[in-house]
Amino acid sequence: MNHPKTNSNSWEATQKTNTARLRYWTLAWLLSLALARFGPESIWAYHTGLSILGIVLNLFIGAGMIIANKTYLRGLDEMQQKIFLDATALSLGTGLICGLSYEQLEDVQLITFQPEISHLIFVMSLTFIVGIVWGNKAHR
Amino acid sequence: MKNRLKVLRAERDWTQADLANELEVSRQTINAIEKGKFDPSLPLAFKAARLFGMAIEDIFQDEIEG
Repeated sequence: MNHPKTNSNSWEATQKTNTARLRYWTLAWLLSLALARFGPESIWAYHTGLSILGIVLNLFIGAGMIIANKTYLRGLDEMQQKIFLDATALSLGTGLICGLSYEQLEDVQLITFQPEISHLIFVMSLTFIVGIVWGNKAHR
Repeated sequence: MKNRLKVLRAERDWTQADLANELEVSRQTINAIEKGKFDPSLPLAFKAARLFGMAIEDIFQDEIEG
């Protein structure tokens, strides 16, 4: 086969590196979140200094995850960026609309429990995944 | 927007992956462009034109032009 005089698969390699980096930062952030949430009651018996350290560590790693996500996004090609942007718009829009409606349910006493932020994150994550799958299917 | 990427690629016996590597995009993006499901940006279109040694309008044509 007459392959083009390609210098390397550097773009693909960079994408793989960016994806792996984002995966590790996300995993680290989740672990630090769990540590900040459950550490006080399970490990250090609500020691104030350690609890503050846990929160600060979580924020620090969260900042790293944001930078890794930005690097990942900038490394995508233009079609992948478009799919990502569309999915983000769907997720943010749904999150805003559903989040406010959900919060109002308690205000007007249609539900008796306190709305949880985790429910909103679940909805946003789900709509983001749907958006990514939808976008990839539309461009296949 | 119509394009001749698939024909030009076939003439050179290149795979979609070969072209994707050259243009620094994913193979899925090449596939979507070839099928007319995604219109490339001007910089990407110019990059393809440089790669094939052709004018940009010899590769990409507006559908309205017929």
